[in-house]
Amino acid sequence: MVDPRISVINQRLSGIKRIVAVSSGKGGVGKSVVATVLALLLAKEGCRVGLFDLDFTGPSTHIILGVPKGVEPKEEKGLVPPTFDGLAYMSLVYFVGDNPAPLRGVDVSNALIELLSVTQWGELDFLVIDMPPGIGDPVLDLVRLVERIEFLIITTPSLLAFEVVKKQVALLCELKMPIIGVVENMKMDKAKTVELSSLKLGLKYIGSILYDPKVEDAIGYPEKLLDTAVGKSMAQIKKSAKNKK
Amino acid sequence: MHEWALAEAILASAKQVAEQENLKEVTEVTINIGELQQIEPPILRFALTQMKTDLFKNAKFHILKINSTLKCRVCATKWQFNLRKLDKATAEAIHFVPEASHSFIKCPKCGSPDFEIINGRGVWLQNIKGVKHNG
Repeated sequence: MVDPRISVINQRLSGIKRIVAVSSGKGGVGKSVVATVLALLLAKEGCRVGLFDLDFTGPSTHIILGVPKGVEPKEEKGLVPPTFDGLAYMSLVYFVGDNPAPLRGVDVSNALIELLSVTQWGELDFLVIDMPPGIGDPVLDLVRLVERIEFLIITTPSLLAFEVVKKQVALLCELKMPIIGVVENMKMDKAKTVELSSLKLGLKYIGSILYDPKVEDAIGYPEKLLDTAVGKSMAQIKKSAKNKK
Repeated sequence: MHEWALAEAILASAKQVAEQENLKEVTEVTINIGELQQIEPPILRFALTQMKTDLFKNAKFHILKINSTLKCRVCATKWQFNLRKLDKATAEAIHFVPEASHSFIKCPKCGSPDFEIINGRGVWLQNIKGVKHNG
């Protein structure tokens, strides 16, 4: 038997110029905030942008964006994502609400394939994907199913984070996946450890984002978020991320 | 999955199989529809007939409904999905993404949400029949 969903995934994504997975081997490094801010900044400068939360068991971009409860995708030969702050936004939260989604690997893959095959993104300049941490099913599924996927790697200055990120980079390099570069988030000093280590791995060090405690107060308020150190640092990072290597 | 998006996927997938099998015309397409997907066969059939290309012009579409079997991973209890026990919003969520069931359905014996969908999930192209090129 054949799973017909697979055959339409790249057709659904064919109107999208670039597909960027904001990813990290390590959790808690700020992927969701970075992904959301990147998407918001791209939209602010006139790009057509989608944001897809693939962190099914721990989604948070809807909270960062302040998506109101009760909003649903529109049915139109599939599902058309609603728009918030200029972003076409898709998440499993439309379907599970505030309930936990205790999904095993096979369920994550199935939900991912389902949403990729039914979501009608239309024409976009960028689709930014907020990935779950790690190098498990979602990363492997995107590599397997999505042509033209590119990875933007997020780390913190912590050796713990970067050592895990290195494993992810090794995997992506082995799979010959394009890596846009490394973003160092929550930086608190001028140490160049991550920058030098990234270069040593042959990766572009795109930039750093200063730790800013004001980010917490800006959660749910996109305009306020863009006014934090994250928003300001990301404005520079976005320029580098937009330019292909 | 929405019926129209589903029909598009079935036809794209059947076309790929037809090409692999060197078919110049497809005469029959058999599709299995899992119970959790809650697809309306008449809508699916209508969408298939509206979207079909010349390759499928004389094709018959057989749509088979597959009953669900859920199995608890904790206590091994097996049970069947019961649409009538769900409110409309929950049923619709499961219709679009069957994995949403893990947020709403629990094992009737031990209450765990950790269950396996053994049967009745998804849409499958079971087989296609047709006429080969060169006889």
